Amino acid sequence: MSGIPHDHYEPKTDAEKWLDRRLPIVGLLHSTLTIPTPRNLNWMWIWGIVLTFCLVLQIITGIVLVMHYTPDASMAFASVEHIMRNVNGGHMLRYLHANGASLFFVAVYLHIFRGLFYGSYKSPREVTWIIGMLIYLLMMGTAFMGYVLPWGQMSFWGATVITGLFGAIPFVGESIQTWLLGGPAVDNATLTRFFSLHYLFPFIIAGLVVVHIWAFHTTGNNNPTGVEVRRGSKEEAEKDTLPFWPYFVIKDLFALALIMVIFFAVVGFMPNYLGHPDNYIEANSLATPAYIVPEWYFLPFYAILRAFDAEVWVVQIVSFLSFGIIDAKFFGVLAMFGAIAVMALAPWLDTSSVRSGRYRPMFKWWFYLLLVDFMVLMWVGAMPAEGIYPYIALLGSAYWFAYFLVILPLLGVIEKPLQPVATIEDDFNAHYGKDDAADRGTVATPAE
Amino acid sequence: MLKKLTLATATAFALTGGAAFAAGEGGHITDYGFSFEGPFGTYDEAQLQRGLQVYTEVCSACHGMKFVPLRTLGNEGGPNLPDDQVRAYAEFWEVYDPEIDDWRTARPTDHFPPSSMETAPDLSLMAKARAGFHGPYGTGLSQLFNGIGGAEYIASLLTSYNGEEMEQAGTILYGNDAFPGGWISMAPPIDDGWVEFADGSPNDAEAIAQDVAAFLMWAAEPKMMARKQAGLTAVLFLTVLTVLLYLTNKKLWAPVKDRAKKADHPAE
Repeated sequence: MSGIPHDHYEPKTDAEKWLDRRLPIVGLLHSTLTIPTPRNLNWMWIWGIVLTFCLVLQIITGIVLVMHYTPDASMAFASVEHIMRNVNGGHMLRYLHANGASLFFVAVYLHIFRGLFYGSYKSPREVTWIIGMLIYLLMMGTAFMGYVLPWGQMSFWGATVITGLFGAIPFVGESIQTWLLGGPAVDNATLTRFFSLHYLFPFIIAGLVVVHIWAFHTTGNNNPTGVEVRRGSKEEAEKDTLPFWPYFVIKDLFALALIMVIFFAVVGFMPNYLGHPDNYIEANSLATPAYIVPEWYFLPFYAILRAFDAEVWVVQIVSFLSFGIIDAKFFGVLAMFGAIAVMALAPWLDTSSVRSGRYRPMFKWWFYLLLVDFMVLMWVGAMPAEGIYPYIALLGSAYWFAYFLVILPLLGVIEKPLQPVATIEDDFNAHYGKDDAADRGTVATPAE
Repeated sequence: MLKKLTLATATAFALTGGAAFAAGEGGHITDYGFSFEGPFGTYDEAQLQRGLQVYTEVCSACHGMKFVPLRTLGNEGGPNLPDDQVRAYAEFWEVYDPEIDDWRTARPTDHFPPSSMETAPDLSLMAKARAGFHGPYGTGLSQLFNGIGGAEYIASLLTSYNGEEMEQAGTILYGNDAFPGGWISMAPPIDDGWVEFADGSPNDAEAIAQDVAAFLMWAAEPKMMARKQAGLTAVLFLTVLTVLLYLTNKKLWAPVKDRAKKADHPAE
């Protein structure tokens, strides 16, 4: 499967040969598990396994929750309370599922930013990147619809606000909104279709995850140096790589266990910290909450959505040029989806010949600024849209777009990158050799 | 550098997570010390029983708790009433039974009745549906260290009437320093000595307020003690697993790293 030269599975016994001629599944598993993996992968390469774990955790807890949940506007809220009070272990299942969504997004954001820093999106890994972005979009859709299911106040009003975005599309928006909701407003029809899709999407995600893994097993992993594994011969490749099993499986499992300690501490000791108190009030179409705030993982994009109001001159110009078809509301929607679209286009917007941010002295700082920008947008997304906050949101949104549309293309031209190490082997040896040198430096023994 | 940033990012994720609650200004909330706070905090059985008494004698005149089954009053990790007391307590209530299309005496399998007054919200989840602590500046730090503060909010609300009244559209509103906006339509429900406790516990307004707040916290989160227990067990076992995997990983990689060291210092 991989382009990196390595040993292939050879069926030995008659039974193995019999099966292999009919279904080469053992060979497939073998080459998936023993895939040559760059030996210098650092701790930012563990998020893939955390994400896979999250998907499995969410599907398993979700399937059991569905056994006790009632997707009906008049009973949904009570059925969640039934799970919390009467179902054996139901409270743990629900808290695992709710906080599992948060862990999922923590991991996906770190995974994405890892890719952005080390240039994992660049040729020849564009397809892996694009599929990843599709998975991320589906994750957002799944999480959003899942949040509606408990039928609390934030569920209801969050659904009203977000589906309202589609209503902003010129000409056809209202029809699309009605089609999404199954009626003129959020109601039972909305709940049942969201329930159905919330159950379906994770399996589409699972399918895409297989394709995602297939894609990067074809190109080979990126690594912190961005230098490709040598493929001249098997011996050469083996100097740069180690088989996934057992080296990276054990490493990843160690990282996963550590993250699980933190995760279970959150679930056990503060399971409602990341939620919103208003969602413990049953949905009421007559009482609007004072502030409608999405879950934390949507906040950066929610901030971008709200940043472009009718006061912003760009919005006014676009509105004027489009004869008012693109109004402030629709502009905001375009900006929100555009923010993700520009990220998906990163492989073609980044013009630098060097892959890893490690060897890009200017890029580094713009990238760190992007991280800060993301955090600022997340913070400002939770603040009321008044006073100075809209300006901060606007500034943050502007930088987000500038990073992808201006800075990435320009840097490739004006930046003078450092010379990357020649091989992964050199990087790995230098790293552990250096540790050794440092040790000897501090422990200056007179016996020498 | 990126490793450090990752840590900072993860922390910041945790912090801004709480920001969701930041919006919305509230009144002054006293940070009462409840027995159920922190990772090892537990409910105080006697306090829950006193709180049940306050709920029954005072709150239930207008409010209901339609999601709370009466039988759970006998649960461990809750008020833990003996079976006969649960049965006797249930008989105190009348519930509407759709099967006979009539009212009948409640059984332990029934739930507490719903609110009898339309404007009085159901209290089943009140302690989780309000946040006592916010911010600062939308960071969620306050809730990280003090908890979300639902019980503190309830206890503060009950003791923060300032004696002012005003009439608005035919309703009398009462000045309350803990209530967002400062005016609440609920008349002051408790005062010093309004409830007599059989165990002779203090029954000044503040004590009564804390007792009922603790009871409502249990009503909202009846499985809290089981949850913390499960969390602690999981954390302990996963810590052991983490240490074992750390050692396994170290041992597995040792020869590879050793070879790398030698390759980098061929002279040695």
